[in-house]
Amino acid sequence: MSEISAEQVAHLANLARIALTDEEIGHLTTELAQIMHAVEKVSEVATPDVPPTSHPIPMQNVYRDDVVGASVLSVDEALAGAPERDGNRFVVSAILGEEQ
Amino acid sequence: MSDDLIRLSAADLGAKLAAGEVSSVEATRAHLDRIAAVDGAVHAFLHVAGEHALETAAAVDAKRAAGDKLGPLAGVPIAVKDVLVTKGMPSTSGSRILEGWIPPYDATPVTKVREAGLVPLGKTNMDEFAMGSSTEHSAYGPTHNPWDLERIPGGSGGGSAASVAAFEAPLALGSDTGGSIRQPAHVTGTVGVKPTYGAVSRYGSIALASSLDQIGPVTRTVLDAALLHDVIAGHDPLDSTSIPESWPSMAEAVRRADVSGLRIGVIKELDGEGFQAGVRQRFHESLDLLAKQGAEIVEVSAPHFEYSIAAYYLILPAEASSNLAKFDSVRFGLRVTPDGGGTVEQVMAATREAGFGPEVKRRIILGTYALSAGYYDAYYGSAQKVRTLVQRDFDAAFEQVDVLASPTAPTTAFKFGEKLADPLSMYLNDIATIPANLAGVPGISVPAGLAPEDGLPVGIQFLAPAREDARLYNVGGVLEQLLEAEWGGPLLASAPDLSTHELTATEEGAL
Amino acid sequence: MARAELMDFDKALELFEPVIGLEVHVELNTTTKMFSPAPNPANSAYHGAEPNTLVSPVCLGLPGSLPVVNGDAVRSSISLGLALGCSIAPSSRFARKNYFYPDLAKNYQISQYDEPIAFEGSVQVELVNGRVFDVPIERAHMEEDAGKLTHVGGSTGRIQGAEYSLVDYNRAGVPLVEIVTKPIFGAEADAPELAKAYVSTIRDIALSLGISEARMERGNLRCDANVSLRPRGAEQLGIRTETKNVNSFRSIERAVRYEIQRQAAILAKGGSITQETRHWHEDTGTTSPGRPKSDADDYRYFPEPDLLPVVPSAELIEELRAALPEPPAAHRRRLKAEWGFTDLEFQDVANSGLLVELEETVKAGATPAAARKWWTGEIARLANAAGQDAASLVIPEHVAELAQLVDAGTLTDRLARQVLEGVVAGEGSPQQIVDARGLAVVSDDGALIAAIDEALASQPDVLAKIRDGKVQAAGAVIGAVMKAMHGKADAARVRELVLERAQG
Ligand SMILES: [Mg+2]
Ligand SMILES: [Zn+2]
Repeated sequence: MSEISAEQVAHLANLARIALTDEEIGHLTTELAQIMHAVEKVSEVATPDVPPTSHPIPMQNVYRDDVVGASVLSVDEALAGAPERDGNRFVVSAILGEEQ
Repeated sequence: MSDDLIRLSAADLGAKLAAGEVSSVEATRAHLDRIAAVDGAVHAFLHVAGEHALETAAAVDAKRAAGDKLGPLAGVPIAVKDVLVTKGMPSTSGSRILEGWIPPYDATPVTKVREAGLVPLGKTNMDEFAMGSSTEHSAYGPTHNPWDLERIPGGSGGGSAASVAAFEAPLALGSDTGGSIRQPAHVTGTVGVKPTYGAVSRYGSIALASSLDQIGPVTRTVLDAALLHDVIAGHDPLDSTSIPESWPSMAEAVRRADVSGLRIGVIKELDGEGFQAGVRQRFHESLDLLAKQGAEIVEVSAPHFEYSIAAYYLILPAEASSNLAKFDSVRFGLRVTPDGGGTVEQVMAATREAGFGPEVKRRIILGTYALSAGYYDAYYGSAQKVRTLVQRDFDAAFEQVDVLASPTAPTTAFKFGEKLADPLSMYLNDIATIPANLAGVPGISVPAGLAPEDGLPVGIQFLAPAREDARLYNVGGVLEQLLEAEWGGPLLASAPDLSTHELTATEEGAL
Repeated sequence: MARAELMDFDKALELFEPVIGLEVHVELNTTTKMFSPAPNPANSAYHGAEPNTLVSPVCLGLPGSLPVVNGDAVRSSISLGLALGCSIAPSSRFARKNYFYPDLAKNYQISQYDEPIAFEGSVQVELVNGRVFDVPIERAHMEEDAGKLTHVGGSTGRIQGAEYSLVDYNRAGVPLVEIVTKPIFGAEADAPELAKAYVSTIRDIALSLGISEARMERGNLRCDANVSLRPRGAEQLGIRTETKNVNSFRSIERAVRYEIQRQAAILAKGGSITQETRHWHEDTGTTSPGRPKSDADDYRYFPEPDLLPVVPSAELIEELRAALPEPPAAHRRRLKAEWGFTDLEFQDVANSGLLVELEETVKAGATPAAARKWWTGEIARLANAAGQDAASLVIPEHVAELAQLVDAGTLTDRLARQVLEGVVAGEGSPQQIVDARGLAVVSDDGALIAAIDEALASQPDVLAKIRDGKVQAAGAVIGAVMKAMHGKADAARVRELVLERAQG
């Protein structure tokens, strides 16, 4: 059932921002088809009357008080791991796309 | 003396520390020496914080000398799975993309461990981002099983399990998303517990699959696991999914262990085809021992467990594909710029191509697919329904019995490379452990002996209803006593002596 | 880039029916962020903080960090939903919207998708011509804001042509409520004005609830305007464009008008509209094409596993409902009566979108008449000249202070206008400017009398006329005195003194 093309895998790689090589795309196309074939069986029992579970332990209304917490970082802590910084800001290369 | 110290259980070491028979600095140094001696062969550690550990130990000794009231594990060394962020220690989650990253904060379980006076020795190896069952997917080379260095130590937490099995640490922290604490325990002859989802805070645990991940103890004895469980469990306001209620003492459950009248359900679907003969044999012998102590063994059915792996390999990649999007070269971690520069989009894509290993890429692509427009209902949506059905199976089973039992994993430790080329057969390793993560219920793996055919460790898994973690410590504690009486000591006493490997320990260049 | 062809607005409306839809993002002014305990820069206490000083591991998306919902942000969102006439969902939840962008720390935005907190409402909006319009609300949902990018290099400071960009995550995680209207039919030629008046009404509501600073120029309120046209008599909706970055009330009106004219010109020629986002350019008053919709817009929404459902109790909803301020329409009726304005005077204020400013100004101590005079007069004039919204130029407290200085005789109207210019230029409060520039009216009679005596002495013919009872001749002397005092005198007092001295 699950027919997956190399173009599809390339599109997924683009969505996931991974510059896969053609060779990787080739492998993944085969593997993805095999894995999807194996996991597709979930639909056998996932009938409309079964509600989905997104949290294993159901809870609700978990809130925090609106007060400033101790986890606020200093500027140097915030930028300590930055591959590149300029003053107090992170530096990134030119952006091609636009905001969403 | 030093060799004696590393072979003590954490509880016994804690008692000696409390009695002043030994100092934390001595105990810590003994473990650091052991690491120096054997970790070249085992490669359980990605980072050893030697100096820092000794300073921490000295501080605990000073507190004790000052008459401070300390907990039962104060001064005891501990190894920390690299999935947990640690202030001042690199935290990589086994990935090249985080190489050298030093977090500005501690994970909540690490904070609790520090507050209890334990001494972090360093960070343990793992499959990259906890994706795997063999630790072969670590970007920093595999960890070796102390029982046979040619074999896998399980995964993803092979480093934590191996560190404990190789006497490099009496205790370790692990994380379990589909069996990553219990399956390594099974193949290394150690004890591993996945608590109820929400019992231990996930704050500071580098997320794999948020609705499945849970932090837990990795130890050599059931009591040690219980003592560590008591330290790390409890409500954390920084994790919305943390359970607010308080917990009974797990250590008490071990000390009062008694299985008379306990109803144990054997899950029919996890006791047959696909399970190695020696694994099943030790499993049934363990059940027989428990029956002799008054436990009632009944067979139960969990008809939807056969859909667990499928549901798991949809939910996990979907959540992981989103959780791992933050590794983008902007705020932390690796940055790879394509030749001649490039836009930020190209830099991100090049970084993720270079920084992630094949298994991580495979699961990200799989998860991206499962969530993409037009497929959500068939895949992710259906998987979440299977989750409901698995929970219902558990509910029905726990109407009949107090705990459930199964072998922890289908086989004993396999050899390196055996399953690397076939992701699907690797995924089948988790068949017995995954249902607990889907349903959020707690599970323990306890050593059940060595498989007669290969002489390698075998574990037995018990599962309890959500929030009933104490039942696991009860049954695990009893079984451990019974088996050790039969064996004449702990299982690990029969593990090969690693010191013979000291001189050949080179290939991974650990640390 | 070639300027787009535009059709005459009236002609466009003859041929096509405009259908608009509006998405408004409201930044909440809670003390901390939506999911992080870091200070919220949309609260004026933290506005303008240095880059990356208002961040926690959660705001930076550091590995291991987890979101926890701000309970006050939920309450504010429910209040806003109720004020929009919406139903509050008995259970709503958060979802992840996945896309890569450098200002989005986690590369997913926590938002709400299939289960928003509020849905199905309606907002009454009043137009200049007195027409009252019910704008249908589709939903209002909670989400987090992204960080801020600064583009460096290139000529324009825009993203195109920039060499690199700088990222500040202070804004990342600011609590937002996104309010989405249903398609709005039947506005016809009023569509551009309705769009403006609608956003202005949302601002009034947010301010009256006290949940947002609601300052457009700070981005507390941001509007995306969807516009489509369909030929007269057609059933099916036309293809729409979504114009982003419309950051002032007057721009909203202009942008909608522009899109109607642009799309009409294309459609009339037999062309077709591209479904795309467009960017509004304040300087040229035009829109330009942005990103076309594509399959890269696959956001892979799924329920946020780190957060739990929001299930407000009926008691909480009723408590918040009971605390709601009056709806804008009723509020207006009451204000009009209290202030004693004529229909025309009130319309004038309401249409300028200045009701809240007036109210605040009166609250701060000005008379309604003085408040109206300043806001619709001098401030509106300055705003027009600067191409900005009046509300962004000056705060109500300063206007009230100015009016009170005039009332007390410290300033003449003419001096007050000078002071206002100083306030707009950011020189401080009116009193501070009066002090700094020495602008206060000379109220010392001694100084005035000296100047008057000198003026009378130098114009003996005028003095004679006054003594003859030709009082209007005093004007020449008053003028000379005012000039000598550099305008810092109260003309009425000078006149009194001139007459007194002339008789003396
Ligand atoms: Mg939008
Ligand atoms: Zn939005």
